[in-house]
Amino acid sequence: MNFSTVLGHQTYHFADLKTLLAKASPARSGDYLAGIAAATREERVAAQWALADVPLAAFLQNPLIPYEQDEVTRLILDSHDPDSFTILNAMTVGDFRNWLLSDAADSNALTAIRKAVTPEMAAAVSKLMRVQDLILVARKCRVTTAFRNTIGLPGCLSTRLQPNHPTDSAAGIAASIVDGLLYGNGDAVIGINPATDNIQQVTTLLHLLDDFISRFEIPTQSCVLTHVTNSLLAMEQGAPLDLVFQSIAGSEAANRSFGIHLDMLKEARQAALELKRGTVGNNVMYFETGQGSALSANAHHGVDQQTMEARAYAVARAFDPLLVNTVVGFIGPEYLYDGKQIIRAGLEDHFCGKLLGLPMGCDICYTNHVEADQDDMDMLLTQFAVAGGTFIMGIPGSDDVMLNYQTTSFHDALYVRQVLGLKPAPEFERWLVRNGIFNETGGLATGAALPDSFQKWLRLEQQHGQ
Amino acid sequence: MASDDLPEDKHLIRNDWSVLREFTPARIGLGRAGTSLPTRVNLQFQLDHARARDAVLAPLDVPGLQMQLGAIGLASQAVKSMAHDRHTYLQRPDLGRTLQSTDARLLREQWHGKAPWDIAILVADGLSSLAVERHAVPLLQRLLPLLQPQYRVAPVCVAEQGRVSLGDDVGEALQAKLVLVLIGERPGLSSPDSLGIYLTWQPRRGRTDADRNCISNVRPEGLDYAAAAQTCAYLVAGAFKAGLSGVQLKDQSRVLENTALNAIPFLANHSLPTIIPE
Repeated sequence: MNFSTVLGHQTYHFADLKTLLAKASPARSGDYLAGIAAATREERVAAQWALADVPLAAFLQNPLIPYEQDEVTRLILDSHDPDSFTILNAMTVGDFRNWLLSDAADSNALTAIRKAVTPEMAAAVSKLMRVQDLILVARKCRVTTAFRNTIGLPGCLSTRLQPNHPTDSAAGIAASIVDGLLYGNGDAVIGINPATDNIQQVTTLLHLLDDFISRFEIPTQSCVLTHVTNSLLAMEQGAPLDLVFQSIAGSEAANRSFGIHLDMLKEARQAALELKRGTVGNNVMYFETGQGSALSANAHHGVDQQTMEARAYAVARAFDPLLVNTVVGFIGPEYLYDGKQIIRAGLEDHFCGKLLGLPMGCDICYTNHVEADQDDMDMLLTQFAVAGGTFIMGIPGSDDVMLNYQTTSFHDALYVRQVLGLKPAPEFERWLVRNGIFNETGGLATGAALPDSFQKWLRLEQQHGQ
Repeated sequence: MASDDLPEDKHLIRNDWSVLREFTPARIGLGRAGTSLPTRVNLQFQLDHARARDAVLAPLDVPGLQMQLGAIGLASQAVKSMAHDRHTYLQRPDLGRTLQSTDARLLREQWHGKAPWDIAILVADGLSSLAVERHAVPLLQRLLPLLQPQYRVAPVCVAEQGRVSLGDDVGEALQAKLVLVLIGERPGLSSPDSLGIYLTWQPRRGRTDADRNCISNVRPEGLDYAAAAQTCAYLVAGAFKAGLSGVQLKDQSRVLENTALNAIPFLANHSLPTIIPE
């Protein structure tokens, strides 16, 4: 299958679907690095023009990565729902955009077509969409999940409290958890990136989080973001594990570079389900993704990075996750060069994830070797929240002292909740009010002193003299 | 900046729990203006970001590092990746992973015939030359006595504009059984000088992250040299024993001082279970 567009005297040819998708992709450094991006701006638009005429059904007939070679392709095609696809069957990618933007595509209609949409269809239509389109359609998608609270209800924005410490010091982690809770953060998950993959340390951190959640009776869940095989070992040793974490990507080869395959995720999910630790729901998986990871592992098969990212969501949705987080600015300038590319990528990922039915959060972040700053993050944060983003990170003062990058702060979550009238998960919000952290109208109630409920457990006065 | 450093201002709300900053370098208890960051706190962040950006661009003093290595009795060899400058390095990871062919030949001709090396060591600037200049030599001083004489260690290679996978090229050129890459990690706001150690069994071009073990944040304020050296030696021994590295090689060492690390002095009735390894 090849494609062409005539623009004036110039005819543009595109050899196959993956070439067309790559050339139609909005500019980003990773696609240039891979040597698959459009050579000129005009060629990019020519590709978008041709892409608009491609029938959605073509993505089912022409897998970008061969079915025989790749278990992610097999997962995508084997789980496609032909019944709900009937409404989309006659549409081109251009028609699909028009339909998504129309009143016909309301929340119920978008829910009904989830299993009919493949990652490639979502990625393709996103390439024809402006930022406002990505926001408008994503906002109409409804995805809720649950474990000890309910994530993703309309009008809610949750936060992952990320209390990382450079050496996994329990006191250091606990100090950041206290700070985050007192700033109303932590309803999506309290999730630690451990500094090492030491099994004993992972298990100790799981006990630490379990202790906090039980002691303060917090309706939230915990996670230690370690390799899935470590989580399996920890569960075997009887550790109190709520959510299984894993980084995932959009091809079998990229997942292999992470040391995983689909059966391994299935086994871990089953083990976590058997622990029955959820109280209001059973979504036990937490996945992280990010554009560029497949290329970084040289496992992109010539497919553009945004489409590869969307394919990772097919992996995610096979395991009914509580949370999926696109870590959009972590990977560096060779994949997303600057604030402009990071912002667009974050909104594309959110749109594609939501369209496929995932509880999409965004690690709105940047590293110190990329052309971006706090202003860029404020723009993505505001736009992501307007788009109905499910959750963001919350860390003290935006500075992750273990992973060495900047993401959204506890304060940032309060900013965006304030300007857009958003709330945490309802179970968690009631806990905040009960503990004197929020007032009845959802505003931050804490003064200089600890609320009474925290004074029962914390002994700050002893620290003053040291 | 803790909130008790903040000037008097009736629109500022401080946080008494900022005293907990003694337990973490994280920016906790910052206080607030409304729900936003106070002015001074915000300016401190901007300053730290500016410094971290500058650190990324600082070049590695290769002759200086080689002199430091010489001073502790280590032979070294300067090599370069295919990325010629910082700008190229930042946008072309493929070039930063590849050894210049002249250097690959040099390593093969000068060094690989000398002995069957067990371990090759590459010190690379990565994203923080500061980390390498401060921590590579003190770390090696503690690590090498744990590796020698059991393992034959090749002369230390020092690379400019190098990424982790450059170690695969170096290890392959030297025909080493295992490579250790000591590399400057991306600078953080509070830590412009974190060193990472990556261990790869049978280094060959095409190895992936799943084939490596990583020890991160090596610096006195993070994982100190002695602990990092112990963990590294533990993993090296494990790699030689199992004939592999990466996700299948688990760090079950107990070098981390769990008792001290797991104490939370400010939390009432606190006790975490003691984990007994199997």
